[in-house]
Amino acid sequence: MTDPQTPEGELHSIPALLARNVARYGDRPAWREKEFGIWQSWTWAQAAGEIRALALGLLTLGLRPGDRVAIIGRNRPAHYWGMIAAQMCGAVPVPLYQDAVADEMAFVLDHCGARFVLCGDQEQVDKVLEVEDRVTGIERILYTDRRGMRRYDHSRMDALADVQAEGRDAAPRLDAELDARIAGLGYDDTCVMLYTSGTTGRPKGVVLSNRNIIETSKNSAEFDRLTQREDIVAYLPMAWVGDFIFSVGQALWAGFTVNCPEDAQTMMTDMREIGPTYFFAPPRVFEGQLTNVMIRMEDAGRFKRWLFGWCMSVARRVGPALLDGKPVGPGDRLAYGLGRVFVYGPLKNTLGLSRIRVGYTAGEAIGPEIFDFYRSLGINLKQLYGQTEASVFITQQPDGEVRSDTVGVPSPGVEVRIADTGEVFYRSPGTFVEYYRNADSTASTKDAEGWVATGDAGFFEEETGHLRIIDRAKDVGRMADGTMFAPKYIENKLKFYPNILEAVAIGNGRDFCAAMINIDLNAVGNWAERNNIAYASYQELASHPQVYAAIRAHVEEVNRSVAEDPMLSGCQIRRFLVLHKELDPDDGEMTRTRKVRRAVIGEKFADLVAALYDGSDSIYTETEVTYEDGRKGKIKATLKIEDVQVFGDAQGQKVAAE
Amino acid sequence: MLDRTEGYTTPDGRQIGGVLMELKDITLRFGGVVAIKEISFDIREGEIRAIIGPNGAGKSSMLNVISGFYHPQDGEVWFKGRRRPPMRPYQVARLGIARTFQNIALFDGMTVLDNIMTGRLNKMRSGLLSQALWWGAAEREEVENRAEVEKIIDFLEIQNIRKTPVGRLPYGLKKRVELARALAAEPGLLLLDEPMAGMNVEEKEDMSRFILDVNDEFGTTICLIEHDMGVVMDLSDRVVVMDYGRKIGDGTPDQVRSNQEVIDAYLGVAHD
Repeated sequence: MTDPQTPEGELHSIPALLARNVARYGDRPAWREKEFGIWQSWTWAQAAGEIRALALGLLTLGLRPGDRVAIIGRNRPAHYWGMIAAQMCGAVPVPLYQDAVADEMAFVLDHCGARFVLCGDQEQVDKVLEVEDRVTGIERILYTDRRGMRRYDHSRMDALADVQAEGRDAAPRLDAELDARIAGLGYDDTCVMLYTSGTTGRPKGVVLSNRNIIETSKNSAEFDRLTQREDIVAYLPMAWVGDFIFSVGQALWAGFTVNCPEDAQTMMTDMREIGPTYFFAPPRVFEGQLTNVMIRMEDAGRFKRWLFGWCMSVARRVGPALLDGKPVGPGDRLAYGLGRVFVYGPLKNTLGLSRIRVGYTAGEAIGPEIFDFYRSLGINLKQLYGQTEASVFITQQPDGEVRSDTVGVPSPGVEVRIADTGEVFYRSPGTFVEYYRNADSTASTKDAEGWVATGDAGFFEEETGHLRIIDRAKDVGRMADGTMFAPKYIENKLKFYPNILEAVAIGNGRDFCAAMINIDLNAVGNWAERNNIAYASYQELASHPQVYAAIRAHVEEVNRSVAEDPMLSGCQIRRFLVLHKELDPDDGEMTRTRKVRRAVIGEKFADLVAALYDGSDSIYTETEVTYEDGRKGKIKATLKIEDVQVFGDAQGQKVAAE
Repeated sequence: MLDRTEGYTTPDGRQIGGVLMELKDITLRFGGVVAIKEISFDIREGEIRAIIGPNGAGKSSMLNVISGFYHPQDGEVWFKGRRRPPMRPYQVARLGIARTFQNIALFDGMTVLDNIMTGRLNKMRSGLLSQALWWGAAEREEVENRAEVEKIIDFLEIQNIRKTPVGRLPYGLKKRVELARALAAEPGLLLLDEPMAGMNVEEKEDMSRFILDVNDEFGTTICLIEHDMGVVMDLSDRVVVMDYGRKIGDGTPDQVRSNQEVIDAYLGVAHD
């Protein structure tokens, strides 16, 4: 225990941590939210008052211990408070992905059996009402934003503020009851239920106990020496385990400030204003930022471009060494100092990363160039490897041992072992209790000794003891001739090019490897503009011959680098096509966390896959798309298929095959 | 016919009040051209009133009469139970009437925020000196007005373009900023001149939502001109139909839809 004043025995729930923070950091800011153009702020003491009022209000509405409370909304203090207030009443919060369409929501709402649903706004209320006939058990709907809600049937609906007011009125009557419920929260009681997006099949409800969350938060906060002085920006979906650990678990444990953006689109501005000291983002956020910077630099004047280029070359050479505390010559130090004045400092400020002490990326592999770019600016960006079932942390990189191709050493308290099949297993205090109402899945994932199968294939590097992940264990396959096929490995290499947003590699059981590629509209669109290439739609741009030529060059480069790895050189791409639509979670092609769903894509684009292998040079296709409001439409396109050069041994094979 | 003071209840359960503005026998001529001929109708407290008609029917002229920009040669305009004498547009604005324009009239070089702030000019009282020195009343006023403007920015969901110069915005957003500026004046009567012209389906849906929300949340009476019949029929409580400067129909969307004269005007009839 870090703090001798607080006996460990008492901190057995999030509400208990809240009470401790009020006592210890009462006047420090706990939550901030930008609203009406200003950062509104609540201290721990104020927030605790709001949360208690809400909890009392929930009691007046009849919330019982063990009830599930679904929370559907963007990152707002009120929604975090809703979760903690539900916990105070002994209920279990279940945050849902707010951008999910009604059908997806119906499954989770029904499966978790929520009695109360807390909605962010009218849009979410509408979705809940839409699926209500298919979902049993919803009794009350609460909403945060009153806008547009005036004409709804209010016999079973309440505004959050009204619930709080009622709670305040009922305080004399219910204070004792609430205190008893808080005191009754045990270390092994359920803290939260999080539904994994699931790359295959239906989402599963991961039950995490107070022990899971608090032990993990404690260990990981100590690992990176997080204090009450950190600032984080909460912008990732509340339904995702990472947000729960960072914005609730660690925030409550360390007592730091959680800042909520005004709106999803103002995120970058808000981040610049806050200047977080601790930051988490999936690789695509870093990629997106870097792409933006590069696009803007290409539009800049010649001198600025030269200065940027020179400073970045210095940074690439000495930045990472400086960050790791390795010796650097005085000349380089001077050059880096100048770079900091002219480029790195202002750039970091623009990105909102000036104050970053610890930054993490996870979820997908990050491109080495992207990773090094941030590191060379002096941003302590690290990688971690985790899962919902582990309360996030399995492995993470310690300061000074950071590389783009590993995911670090086992986190404190976590044991990791590699099975004979290459699959990674772990056991930790954060290991989930069970999948809710799904004993079969629980049994097939977690064994009697508590070891959990990650489903990922990987190995430990001998020299460093760092874990390297190759691919999803079930995705690693064999091609027709028996050589190993690791789709993710190829796809990640492709995705490192700014022009390529997504890629799907195919090859399991086939003669050769082929790929379907999504262009990045931002990067390719900007390139088209600069080169006077006119286009009217995404589809037209995607099928432009020059775009195809650029993508083919990228694929060839990937092939060249794949050829260097003897184990995987068979995975070189022989044929590819550029897709006419962006892969989209609304169409089921990706998960909400933007992971490609192979099975769905293989089925939906079966005609395209067939064309990739039957040697034709173009294919006509019609694809169903779902619009944001749930309506469906069709897009038609004729796609070109191109052949690509392969290198090394594979070259010979192809000649032989012909 | 409706009672002058009683009001009525809409099919979706909103209570509409008494007459807010009444136009009696309005005739407007430009030289020899008669743009509006003896038109009478009223706008009631809290309702969404639409004026529709084919091109050149005199809709925009009608809106300009309501906003006080044109002075009709004959007829009377009654507002809040009093006859309104010919006025300058700024005087009309002080009465609580705000409008948007068909072909966007924003300050392109100014930010969205500054544009909306101009809508609050009527609410500012501090003198030139105090404003120039940014001292005392001026500062207090600016803070108060900014707070009101921020509520509107939040309401219309344009936080992300707060500091963007209007000239850089796409058309649909400019329209929304114009609506924001009109709302900033806290009008009792809001006039919208073709709020959806030139918009795609999604933008139209958004704008319709905002118009309904404004009416619902602030209780603002809205009078709008619109070409898109579908939109008009969905949005409005009562519709005036004009053709060649005359009123050829007046009533609820259903009544108007089944009016033979209106059908003829829109579909065209063979002239003998």
